[in-house]
Amino acid sequence: MTTSTKTSTTDIPLTAPVPMTPLQEFWHYFSSNKGAVAGLVVIAIICFMAVFANFVAPHSPSDQYRDALLLPPAWLDGGNWSFVLGTDDVGRDILSRLIYGSRLSIAVGLVAVTASLIMGILLGLIAGYFKGMIDTAIMRIVDIMLAMPSLLLAIAIVAILGPSIVNAALAISIVSLPHYVRLTRAATMAEMSRDYVTSSRVIGASPLRLMFICILPNCLAPLIVQATLGFSSAILDMAALGFLGLGAQPPTPEWGSMLADALQFVQRAWWVVTFPGLMILITVLAFNLMGDGLRDALDPKLKQ
Amino acid sequence: MFQFIFRRLSLVIPTFLGITLLTFTLIRLIPGDPIEVMAGERGVSAERHAELSAQLGFDQPLYMQYYNYVTGVLQGDLGNSLITREPVMKEFLTLFPATIELAFCAAIFAILIGLPAGIFAAVKRGTVIDHSVMTFSLTGYSMPIFWWALLLMLVFSVNLGWTPVSGRIDVVYWIDDVTGFMLIDSLLSGEEGAFSSAVSHLILPSIVLGTIPMAVIARMTRSSMLEVLSEDYIRTARAKGIAPWRVIVIHALRNALIPVITVIGLQVGILLSGAILTETVFAWPGIGKWLIESIGRRDYPVVQGGILIVACIIIVVNLLVDITYGIVNPRIRHSR
Repeated sequence: MTTSTKTSTTDIPLTAPVPMTPLQEFWHYFSSNKGAVAGLVVIAIICFMAVFANFVAPHSPSDQYRDALLLPPAWLDGGNWSFVLGTDDVGRDILSRLIYGSRLSIAVGLVAVTASLIMGILLGLIAGYFKGMIDTAIMRIVDIMLAMPSLLLAIAIVAILGPSIVNAALAISIVSLPHYVRLTRAATMAEMSRDYVTSSRVIGASPLRLMFICILPNCLAPLIVQATLGFSSAILDMAALGFLGLGAQPPTPEWGSMLADALQFVQRAWWVVTFPGLMILITVLAFNLMGDGLRDALDPKLKQ
Repeated sequence: MFQFIFRRLSLVIPTFLGITLLTFTLIRLIPGDPIEVMAGERGVSAERHAELSAQLGFDQPLYMQYYNYVTGVLQGDLGNSLITREPVMKEFLTLFPATIELAFCAAIFAILIGLPAGIFAAVKRGTVIDHSVMTFSLTGYSMPIFWWALLLMLVFSVNLGWTPVSGRIDVVYWIDDVTGFMLIDSLLSGEEGAFSSAVSHLILPSIVLGTIPMAVIARMTRSSMLEVLSEDYIRTARAKGIAPWRVIVIHALRNALIPVITVIGLQVGILLSGAILTETVFAWPGIGKWLIESIGRRDYPVVQGGILIVACIIIVVNLLVDITYGIVNPRIRHSR
């Protein structure tokens, strides 16, 4: 008996555990955070709705059904299943407008985040790499921008350029620029003192190669996190600007301006007011949840 | 200490100049001739144009215009409103108390709820309480506050009729403007019911404006408390047999509060920009509503001046927070 057990223990192959690839490792940490996964799922659904709005939405966002004004949601008295979330004051289907609105919000978020990410990385790399006067100049400007509440600065920019979606997106990307500059600069400075950067420099790598090929990939983790969180504030600011009448202009199905249009019907039709805001909240919450999960998975140092 | 304060003060000057440069450029970036924009659709004759141009200093070189603008600003001269012809500074000063009153009450609400919630979550780490506090605070943090305002209004004002929908006080009361703060003025007026009317008008806007700061404070308090609670001196205190509440309130909280105070200070920016949205929804006659209306009326001097003042307030508050932090925490004071 004893011999047999001995042989059986030695029979178990003693292979070293296969090390996880970085991606697997990332997914391991990320998927252990239930909130983050929930956020990811919601974002996936919203993106799907945004891309396939033409097929998903039951009606056109601008079709006015004159015989169905301010119809309540389907499950209430007087509701109609062809307008699941009810209709607004000119008889447009709220669900369809929300679906088309997601297209706008995601697009604006994407444009604003990409624009500020690119500009922020460039400025941050330059400031962190060259240091000295350039650094001081860039950081002073960033400090000035940070001294202003983002919404106020966005309002100021839209006030100059005139209210429209494009200008609102531009304003939002300018407003969120400082965070990316600061993050990139700090990460660049930390990487600059590493040996691998010194050795690449000794081999004769050009500054451009050093900045974009050696340093940048190692700074990406905090930037990805910030970009995700930036998405949520872009959507929130966009909706706020729309609500104040400084973003998307009326017939456009944008969540914030839908709310502004609905203001006068607060007392008569709660659904006109409730659903667009709920949509904003869910989307922003999903991005924040995913951002928190990404931060924990990508950068344990940042974890609080 | 003085060296630290001096160093922080010297950083403020370039920031201030940068902001004046921004607001100075703002009015010049507006497409078209500023005088024609000011004159509106009526248009102006050539002589009047030259006259106005000289009066407003547009005929001088740009650097002189900027110099005059900054010296004017330093003397509190922000120009006149195009609509009311009143000095911008005067309009600001009459409206500002309303915003301070609202922001102050919102901050009180945020601290009263956020701080205990954060402490509670940290002490009960990993329990249902902790998770629900964190869920609520993340929801609060993601809240579109203009919608939150409408929702609360819908439930408490429209359906339940508990609170008024908008404004600062019932129209039946005529309150003398003594301090500009409605709570104080209504008390001073001695009119029956005026004070409670003012309070009931404040409740919903304060909750709305305080929601995001509350969420931030709760999160910060929790993480700061967790850090402190894991330190050795807390274990020592517990081992000595000190009552659990005493360890938490007296020993842990005092140290945990340092970063929280900074975060509370930094909420001023959030409060002031949130005030723009909250005041618009609740028709609260403060500077946020004033700014938005001025943008709608293309009253550029007001927009320019209003943005400048708000930015300056935030710079000053951030400076004060930094200095307080330096006083409380010597490590900050002595580090470069």
